Amino acid sequence: MRDFLRNKMAVSGLAFITLILIFAAFAPAIAPYSPSEIDTDNILSAPSKYHIFGTDTLGRDLFSRIVYGSRISLSIGFIAVGIAVITGVVFGAVAGYYGGRIDSFMMRFVDMMLCFPTFFLILAVIAILEPSIFNIMAVIGATGWMGVARLVRAEILSLKEREYVMASRVMGAGGLWIIIKHLIPNAVAPVLVSATLGVGGAILVESALSFLGIGVQPPTPSWGNILMDGKSTLGVAWWHTVFPGVFIMLTVLAYNLLGEGLRDVLEPRLKR
Amino acid sequence: MTGDKILQIRDLRVSFDTPSGIADAVDGVSFDVRRGESFGIVGQSGSGKTLTALSILKLITPPGRIVSGSAVFNGEDLMAADEDSLRRTRGAGISMVFQEPATAFNPVFTVGYQVAEAVRAHQAVDGRKAKDIALEFLKRVHIAEALKVYHDYPHQLSGGTKQRAMIAMALVNSPELLILDEPTTALDVTIQAQILDLLEEIRKEARLSILFISHDFGVISRMCDRVAVMHKGRIVETGATKDVLSSPEEDYTLELLESVRALG
Repeated sequence: MRDFLRNKMAVSGLAFITLILIFAAFAPAIAPYSPSEIDTDNILSAPSKYHIFGTDTLGRDLFSRIVYGSRISLSIGFIAVGIAVITGVVFGAVAGYYGGRIDSFMMRFVDMMLCFPTFFLILAVIAILEPSIFNIMAVIGATGWMGVARLVRAEILSLKEREYVMASRVMGAGGLWIIIKHLIPNAVAPVLVSATLGVGGAILVESALSFLGIGVQPPTPSWGNILMDGKSTLGVAWWHTVFPGVFIMLTVLAYNLLGEGLRDVLEPRLKR
Repeated sequence: MTGDKILQIRDLRVSFDTPSGIADAVDGVSFDVRRGESFGIVGQSGSGKTLTALSILKLITPPGRIVSGSAVFNGEDLMAADEDSLRRTRGAGISMVFQEPATAFNPVFTVGYQVAEAVRAHQAVDGRKAKDIALEFLKRVHIAEALKVYHDYPHQLSGGTKQRAMIAMALVNSPELLILDEPTTALDVTIQAQILDLLEEIRKEARLSILFISHDFGVISRMCDRVAVMHKGRIVETGATKDVLSSPEEDYTLELLESVRALG
């Protein structure tokens, strides 16, 4: 814990994430305007004391939209990674513990999944399904679990040779019990690191999808689609693209810093 | 009661599939453990002692496998038993203490929690009752401050205390046969003596049958009524401990004994 607090980068990452979490949790209280309130008198007005991040082509307050957009971006990040982590942990733990043919079979499936260019797979799937928030979460999760599965499997392969696993089997424990009670808790650290880094990645994918217009659909604000709305007026209203872009960048950066900080603390062996 | 056999091992073979062929690690081992006795297996490292013990509980993992043989425990052949009945036997009928107390506990849970889990693996009791039973056994193995130890994590305890807790965990389900796999080898000499005292005391109290595995003739001669000498996967000599020690019949036993004496 003290090691973590000494890591200034990780702490600033955590601080920024906390800020965004507060934005998301208390959006109605923090946002000065409704995110969909159209004000035709104030179209594309520059940042001022009334609209600190300016307004968009419909006169909507960009700060309010970014605050509300954090809800979408964060929840997609968390839930997509949640899906990926649960799938990956279960898959990796089963493959690692049972080994042999089951392991070979399951890991070849992982290799196969990794062969798809993820982003194009997501594009194709979203094109077939409709681009709802739930589908985006599910697809990002379903294409992001292979790394976790490999990580967990490698961890379990070494953990299952520990004597306490044998001790537990001698006491009469079954396979499922050992996986849940003894193996997964000991494999939590690398998974936590990978999940933290994954949240940043998922937010980025969501923004990219929304930017391409197949992510979160207007009028629901997400950082990606605010960015897209702004691109046509980039020449006259820099604030329309710069602010959401900065938020995306800082959030992803914050998750990466936090993830690496956690890695340094939880896996001291990897410390340079 | 004497003469009644709690465990009968016949022609047990364990092989390892290696790239260069099949290696017989346990090569046709047969012995009996009588009810209430303490039976020793002595041999150098790699002689197949631990594998013999693990194969009794059918816990050999690939690339090792049990090729043939029977292990009759209380009239039931464990080699022919299904996984469910084996699971009931493990821990409750036959239980085991390992060599290395430092690694035999899971580092992420408290010692007490793990002992209590062992209780709940075999007894239909609630969490509170399991804790009471676990505490009772921690006290029985003479752990001072049992309550504190209950809430300690493995790394907070000394090797001796951990081994005591391990013994408590092996005993919570009142097994009839206790397999001790080099239980004192990883401990320093004074702690070793204390653990041996404890094991003797428990053996008398609980009327346990014991299968004691060691490379140390000193420990074996103190703990065991009868002993089998193992060498390269085979039992070369079996007999009452004092006979084997005073007049060994096999050259290998003599060699092993002399190597101990030479060390002084």
